Amino acid sequence: MIWVDTLAQGILLGGLYALFAAGLSLVFGIMRLVNLAHGDLIVFAAYLVLMGVTLLGLSPWVAALIAMPLMFALGWLLQIGVLNRVLGKDILPPLLVTFGLSVALQNGLLEAFSADSRRIPAGSLEGASLDLGIVTVGVMPLLTFVSAIAVIVALNALFYHTALGRAFRATSDDAVTAGLMGIEPKRIFAMATGIAMVVVTIAALYLGMRANFDPSIGPARLIYAFEAVIIGGLGSLWGTLAGGVIIGVAQTFGAAINPEWQILAGHIAFLAVMLLKPRGLFPRAVD
Amino acid sequence: MYKLTTRTRAGTVTATLIVILVLAGLALPAVASRGMIQDLFFILTMLTLAQLWNLLAGYGGLVSVGQQAFVGIGAYAMFAGVILAGWNPVWAILLGGLAGLVLAVPTAFFAFRLQGAYFAIGTWVIAEVTRLLIAQWKTLGGGTGTSLPREATSNILGTDAIRALFSVREAAARDILAYWLALLLVVLVTGGIYWLLKSRLGLALAAVRDNSEAARSVGVDTGRLKWAVFLIAAAATGLTGALIFMQTARISPDAAFAVTDWTAYVIFIVVIGGIGTIEGPILGVIVFFILRSALADYGSWYLMTLGVIAIVVMLFAPKGLWGLISARSGLHLFPVRRRLTGPKIEGGF
Repeated sequence: MIWVDTLAQGILLGGLYALFAAGLSLVFGIMRLVNLAHGDLIVFAAYLVLMGVTLLGLSPWVAALIAMPLMFALGWLLQIGVLNRVLGKDILPPLLVTFGLSVALQNGLLEAFSADSRRIPAGSLEGASLDLGIVTVGVMPLLTFVSAIAVIVALNALFYHTALGRAFRATSDDAVTAGLMGIEPKRIFAMATGIAMVVVTIAALYLGMRANFDPSIGPARLIYAFEAVIIGGLGSLWGTLAGGVIIGVAQTFGAAINPEWQILAGHIAFLAVMLLKPRGLFPRAVD
Repeated sequence: MYKLTTRTRAGTVTATLIVILVLAGLALPAVASRGMIQDLFFILTMLTLAQLWNLLAGYGGLVSVGQQAFVGIGAYAMFAGVILAGWNPVWAILLGGLAGLVLAVPTAFFAFRLQGAYFAIGTWVIAEVTRLLIAQWKTLGGGTGTSLPREATSNILGTDAIRALFSVREAAARDILAYWLALLLVVLVTGGIYWLLKSRLGLALAAVRDNSEAARSVGVDTGRLKWAVFLIAAAATGLTGALIFMQTARISPDAAFAVTDWTAYVIFIVVIGGIGTIEGPILGVIVFFILRSALADYGSWYLMTLGVIAIVVMLFAPKGLWGLISARSGLHLFPVRRRLTGPKIEGGF
């Protein structure tokens, strides 16, 4: 019985990791950009939502809705102003630029908001639970998981049923040929990063409502997100969800055996998948 | 009569200058304050790490974000040698190098299966796993860490002689010893890398860097080359980690496996100075230290500035400061390019 419960908790935790990873997966799949600042951008968005709640007195949901277009604009500008200039065959320049961004963002947040841990107040949702018969789950984790699925369904719809999505896929497969067909890869990249930042805002909302956060936690979230993306395979959003769930389940089972093994178990699951399938479980695009 | 050489006048001048600098560096503790010795220790160890990361990423094309794994394992192996086996810390540093080498074998087995960005993330995850496993090692303090025992620190090889020589206290003598070892290490590592680049291996490395397919078609074994570079860098990074934590005499998993200290800073040093050159990390570490001293009172502004500078350098001078200088002046302080020398060829066209 306890194992069923652990499994359910793990799957739901995986939803949170999939949310962290969905934006990353999109960007990584389309332009092979390793954004090392992704975790810090999530933390940044969480502070943005928190400011909406504390300064403007909004509900977290409304604050997140307002933060979304701001984050979209930030992503667009970041891509046009910085990242597009360093994208190329060599993966080192974008890696280094986003590393610089990560350190700058982390310390900027530290200067602005101090190292105190904060939390986005979620009202009655905090601690509420739902009896599903076999297991009892928290409302918040369930909501996170449902949101992760909704985000992935929405991104997939965008990816496979719109003109923009076609441009995304074409650019992902071969940016040069896509350019010949009248697609401007740099604009497509900017759209993709903008959309990824909207997803980041959703991830930030749940990150902030579920647990305390402070400016330094970005890189740890980034590593889970990357593991989910890589396990899932390049360019596959459902794969990313599966990756998140694998990490989540491994972590909760690890924690059930010994609380100190939680994070270790997640990493070991990642290493095991990489040993068996170096390209991930469901790769869509060929690197 | 004709010979292939890498020797240039700038190279000879540099070599002479370096010999003078190293000799002056050896004698420096006679006049320098303890604070200055500690600063120099920091500079020298960061320079060593930067040269090693540069060897990996700049020459070997192996962009690792997990070098803190080797710093940490080297430091912990040194502590284990001292605390569990009762070795003298100086000898235990060698154990650190060995530990780095040993960890590098499974790491390479795993990480070399991964390409490009996956490789970077893979090395980072391995560093995290190593940190979490070491944190389970209760005899060495688990997650909270431990200190070198008093009897070990007061008994380090050679400190008695240093105390007598410079008439300083025990702690200062330990700093001087650490500084000398750091000087030795940086000379060995930089000299070793330079020698490597001038050797057959270096020629193969340059060929792979310029065009991997062409290099393979003329018989360069790229797989073996990557292994060699990775293992050499790991062992030397382990030595450096052990030395750094011999000087601090206190260790914890978070400090020994810190991604910011041992990878982020190191990458910034290499990028700002100029990746893919030996001069770059030297220039980079100087800029890094000046920034650190100038902005020391501003807390996190310092790191923010460093991050922004790294972005700006990458955008506008991807070859770093040394790249700018070298492109303008054509100067190479550590020449590795092979040229044909001899009497001028007469006749012909």
